Amino acid sequence: MTAAAFGRKMASDSVTGGLLLHADGVTKRFGGLVAVHDIDFTIPTGSIVSLIGPNGAGKTTFFNIIAGIYDPTAGVVVFNGREMIARSRRAWLEPFIWFLPGFIGIAATIIASSNGAPDGEIFIMAGITLVALMSTLLVGVARPPRYQRSLPRVGIFRSARPNDMVEAGLGRTFQNIRLFQNMTALENVLVGMHTRLRSTWVDAMFSTPRDRREEKEAAEEARGYLRLVGLRGVDAELAKNLPYGDQRRLEIARALGSRPKLLLLDEPTAGMNPRETQEMIALINRLRTELGLTVLLIEHDMKVVMSISDRVTVLDHGEKIAEGSPEEVRANPKVIEAYLGAPAE
Amino acid sequence: MSAVPRVESDKSGKVETPNGARMREWRARITAFAHAHRSWTIVISMAIGAVLLYFWSAFPPFSFVQTQNTWISGFVNAGVFILLALGLNIVVGFAGLLDLGYAAFFAFGAYLYAFGASPFSHLHLNFLLLLVLGAVVAAIFGIALGAPTLRLRGDYLAIMTLGFGEIVPIVFLNAQKYTNGTNGIGGVDRPNIFGFTFPGIDQTAYYVLMAVVITVVMILVYRLLDSRIGRAWAAIREDELAAAANGINTVTTKLAAFALGATTAGFAGVLNASKLTIVDPTQFGFQVSFVVLSSIVLGGMGNPFGVAVGAFILYNIQAVLLKQLNATMENLHVPILQDIDFVKFQFLLFGIALVLMMMFRPEGLIPSQRRRRELHAADAESSEDLALVAPDAGDVSL
Repeated sequence: MTAAAFGRKMASDSVTGGLLLHADGVTKRFGGLVAVHDIDFTIPTGSIVSLIGPNGAGKTTFFNIIAGIYDPTAGVVVFNGREMIARSRRAWLEPFIWFLPGFIGIAATIIASSNGAPDGEIFIMAGITLVALMSTLLVGVARPPRYQRSLPRVGIFRSARPNDMVEAGLGRTFQNIRLFQNMTALENVLVGMHTRLRSTWVDAMFSTPRDRREEKEAAEEARGYLRLVGLRGVDAELAKNLPYGDQRRLEIARALGSRPKLLLLDEPTAGMNPRETQEMIALINRLRTELGLTVLLIEHDMKVVMSISDRVTVLDHGEKIAEGSPEEVRANPKVIEAYLGAPAE
Repeated sequence: MSAVPRVESDKSGKVETPNGARMREWRARITAFAHAHRSWTIVISMAIGAVLLYFWSAFPPFSFVQTQNTWISGFVNAGVFILLALGLNIVVGFAGLLDLGYAAFFAFGAYLYAFGASPFSHLHLNFLLLLVLGAVVAAIFGIALGAPTLRLRGDYLAIMTLGFGEIVPIVFLNAQKYTNGTNGIGGVDRPNIFGFTFPGIDQTAYYVLMAVVITVVMILVYRLLDSRIGRAWAAIREDELAAAANGINTVTTKLAAFALGATTAGFAGVLNASKLTIVDPTQFGFQVSFVVLSSIVLGGMGNPFGVAVGAFILYNIQAVLLKQLNATMENLHVPILQDIDFVKFQFLLFGIALVLMMMFRPEGLIPSQRRRRELHAADAESSEDLALVAPDAGDVSL
């Protein structure tokens, strides 16, 4: 089965099968280095799935592929019933669509002028051509969601970019915290809500009632997310002035802002003390029960992984070496070997 | 809330005079008003500033230098630079994209007006129509430049925009048929708004128009700053990857910055052409982009008010102070200094000023809060100070 055919098949399957995300044969090479090799991976809706493995096993690379940051060398990712990430197909066709109105316009103008049309008409035709060309190019550059959804109908496929994945319902945090340091906590969450707010620059400029109402409601909702992750009274605090644990929480609040279906957490308890870790476990559990989120977790702390995961996948050297319930994985000799080295003979 | 400072002054043992208390109360009231009604604050302060400047320019110390009408004319020219600075501030200050070819968009606005309202083309279109059209055309070219270049970052983007800024005046120079080449388009119509034609010698009408346009642009720019798109720009400036991972379409957001910046330059171009009544390619050289960029750095990148002040100061240094310095030195026969033409050295002086600014006050004269934090990120003490000050400042405004 070709990747394209698989993508279509999975797209129809995963809605019925209760899979929120399904990755098939995902491979990523950086030059000669194979960071991730032929990984099949599924995330059932409503579950907490963990991805573990020693340092350099390719966990974060896999994460970044799912989040749309890296294009995979091979493989398909189907998210929420839609094929989102794969190698481009017939991408060469796309520029033809952009330039088609321009070509037609120029041809028409040339024909008209060779048939002796008056200057005024030619001027108008050239103007229309220019406007048409500009607008198609603008659509091609901006890639609005509707344009992207209609592309597969003519057989063109382009891998989703990070913002497309967020639009489709994926939220993420980073391994090394990447908050907007010089914005307040509230502003950070508001940036996270970007995809869900509808006010445009025109609304903002003329301060339309819609814009004012939306801003007010958004701030209220953002405060709700801050409370949910356990940050109180820090709305106006700069992100960089928050203590480390709070910064991790703020990153989760920011990711929640886009109302994701799937939340990717990259080492959420890294550098936390045992009490903070316990609080984080409780928080992740609450996210599932209260918001109905599905969570994909990368984690080094085995206590965390074993206590909250429904399923655990183990990567080593870019390959999947084990998969199953926490108990199965803990007993798997391959996993023990990957973490502790081969037993001495 | 005004109780807070009073308590502190009691602690320090000073006796509070009723006058001081009243002053403080007024100040708190004004700050509160400014927070709640920013647009009105801009309108009121611009009106006060414009009226004050208009009448004061007839009295000392202004009257020592030149006549009132010359001052007013100079202020209108400075207004053009203020508009340019406000527009470039969207691109550089808000979105963090270094644009070195900003004068190109200025040229589009100016040439559009010159072509649409001059004996050269035998078209005499409505001024307000051309004002809008100039902005729209500049915006289209802003997008046309932005679309292919926005994949580039930092230095590469700067080089591309620099090239664009150089090419545009050359294109206007060579497009003889439409722009009259080197000679430029002269005898451009003076603005006519609702049947009132602006007089040529008395510059008051231009001054009023300029004040109104700047006020409107300032209000709109401040609103953008606090909106969804303003936050998106700030996010892109801080961390582009994290911004994209939070759902911001970085391409369209940056394009919006380019287009809005270019629009403002289009307005400035139309106003400039209608005031000077001549447009030629030498008006849009690199030095324009450079002066506008330096005025942003000088005034305080990211803060519209600071940027406007920076542009005003820089223009007046360039157009008035250096010339006056020349005349004074010659009149007083100061040895050595009388032989120096300060106007020729303006870029050297700007350069020195910029280096000094970078060393001692990189955030500019009147910085935006956020920019100041970014530039003093390494300065742990100051960030602690800010953290302590921040809730206080919020208190007063409540």
